[in-house]
Amino acid sequence: MIRLQNIEKVYRTDTVETLALNKVSLEIAKGEFLSVMGPSGCGKSTLLNIIGLLDEPSKGEIRIDDQKTANLSDKQLAQFRNKKLGFIFQSYHLISDLQVLDNVELPLLYRSATARERKQLATEALAKVGLSNRVKHFPSQLSGGQKQRVAIARAIVGRPEIILADEPTGNLDSAMGNEIMDILIQLNRDEGTTIIMVTHDENMAHKTHRLVRLFDGSQVQ
Amino acid sequence: MLKNYLKIALAVLRRRKFFTFISLFGISFTLTILLVLTAFIDKVVGDNYPDKKRDRSLYVSRLSQEGKNTMSSSPPSFYFLTHYAGSLKTPVKIAISSGFNGTNTYVNNKKIAVNYKYTNAEYWDVLEYDFLEGKAFNKQQVDNGDKVAVISQDMKKEYFGDVPFVAGQYIEADNVKYRVIGVVKNVPITSYMLYSDIYLPYTVAKDGGYKTNKGYQGGYYGILLANSASDLDKMHNEYEQMVQRLPAEQKQFTKVNSHADTYIKSYVDTGNERQSGTFIVITAISIFAFILMILPTLNLVNINITRIMERSSEIGVRKAFGASSRTLVYQFIVENIILTLLGGLIGIILSIIVLKVINSANLIANLELSINFTVLFIGLLVCLVFGLLSGVYPAWRMSKLNVVTALKAQ
Repeated sequence: MIRLQNIEKVYRTDTVETLALNKVSLEIAKGEFLSVMGPSGCGKSTLLNIIGLLDEPSKGEIRIDDQKTANLSDKQLAQFRNKKLGFIFQSYHLISDLQVLDNVELPLLYRSATARERKQLATEALAKVGLSNRVKHFPSQLSGGQKQRVAIARAIVGRPEIILADEPTGNLDSAMGNEIMDILIQLNRDEGTTIIMVTHDENMAHKTHRLVRLFDGSQVQ
Repeated sequence: MLKNYLKIALAVLRRRKFFTFISLFGISFTLTILLVLTAFIDKVVGDNYPDKKRDRSLYVSRLSQEGKNTMSSSPPSFYFLTHYAGSLKTPVKIAISSGFNGTNTYVNNKKIAVNYKYTNAEYWDVLEYDFLEGKAFNKQQVDNGDKVAVISQDMKKEYFGDVPFVAGQYIEADNVKYRVIGVVKNVPITSYMLYSDIYLPYTVAKDGGYKTNKGYQGGYYGILLANSASDLDKMHNEYEQMVQRLPAEQKQFTKVNSHADTYIKSYVDTGNERQSGTFIVITAISIFAFILMILPTLNLVNINITRIMERSSEIGVRKAFGASSRTLVYQFIVENIILTLLGGLIGIILSIIVLKVINSANLIANLELSINFTVLFIGLLVCLVFGLLSGVYPAWRMSKLNVVTALKAQ
């Protein structure tokens, strides 16, 4: 489903050139739950951003569903992300000025859905993560675990085929972390969603189908 | 979608109260000045009391003579208007009046400043003053040099107090007593060719300038009335040809210039042939309005950039979940327009208050300013322009933000 070929990412400043990813090649099958591990600064998040089409590789090719993603316009990329991808971030990135329901509806704003459809889908997504009773709350009124569950609801509301999670349990204690992990596993198992998760936590990584390790931008496992 | 934008726009406004205050203050204050200014211009240019026949009138307000190194410009003389303009065939009537002069008069030991002007009898036919009582003086009374006067509503109140009728009573101005024969509705001083407190027959003028001054230049204005609006061009051309044929009065002059123009053109006539008054006034107003608008706009751009960049995490999230740059630009412009419309609303309320204060303080004689629909429309248009101008650049800059960078910023 996702195919990375010789992906390189170089960050350049006037004086320094940093190789963040070095010839990474990876194939991820549909329905797979993959975790990416490695020390800080090894390129995990860069890899996730490139898969999520939030960043471009300096060299190499990405294909998602056999479609080349290079040369897509800003609008096409936006549509592609909207339809195929869902994101979960370590620091949740909820919009603090919007209520939980409005936050979850966000991806649906960028496709043709009526207000009623948006509300219905968002309510369903919130029910899946067990937050039906928090729809009118603002993010600041929620605990860390609840915020991450809202973020998961936002990621799944548009029924994307792929979910990219960047340290989703990184800011949570182990009990809450496990809860979030359980939701992701269930999502992968029941709905067949492909999940790629960056993590620092060996225990979490071992719950996934496959583990990829990076070191200094290169794939070591 | 719009509802969502509205929600977030209002939330952002509430969150940063100080920024919101500065933005709203900038917009509403500027808009107030613009609205008061436009109300003023609208009144001066747009109000056609008492010259209701503007569509078939041409105004003569200046006459200049120029030589190689010298120029003389003033309103034309009574003689010029009767002898030369009066010889034209197209005008059916010519209203002639002097500029207004100031004097003091006393009622019960109280000093009253009074402006008076002299007119001919046709003045009252060409212009349609609203008579609250009595009537104008006629040709017979003018020819006889009768000491009669038409006074303004305000003059009546100031001189005679709150009495129902004053026709037949006497008013003293410049040490002469005149019998009041009519009272008219006030004309604002900004209609300088038509305003006065007291209107007198030109034949009672003490200086007798209307008789003795046979030169072109003097202190009178003329309004030429055509039979119909379609005759205006003809009348204009006839006047121009007449002036072209006039020989200069003195050796140092080589050319005589004077125009019979429409109200607005003559209102701003500088008497200088090389610089059109209309052009100068329009340029001055445009530059003023531009400067007035550009300062708060730049301020808003600045504030908006800060505000938008503060929300870079939100921008990152929206982009990640499928918002294109164009959609984001649209969202921020909509938010900005909401802000400016809010500022516009406050500005309109402020303007109403300011105009009320100006009117009640009577800063400009007889000028009653009011917000009308034209002014309101201009105000709303200005708001939208503001919203666009101050929203487009920050929104465009923001939309170029890299998603990963935007998400890293907290």
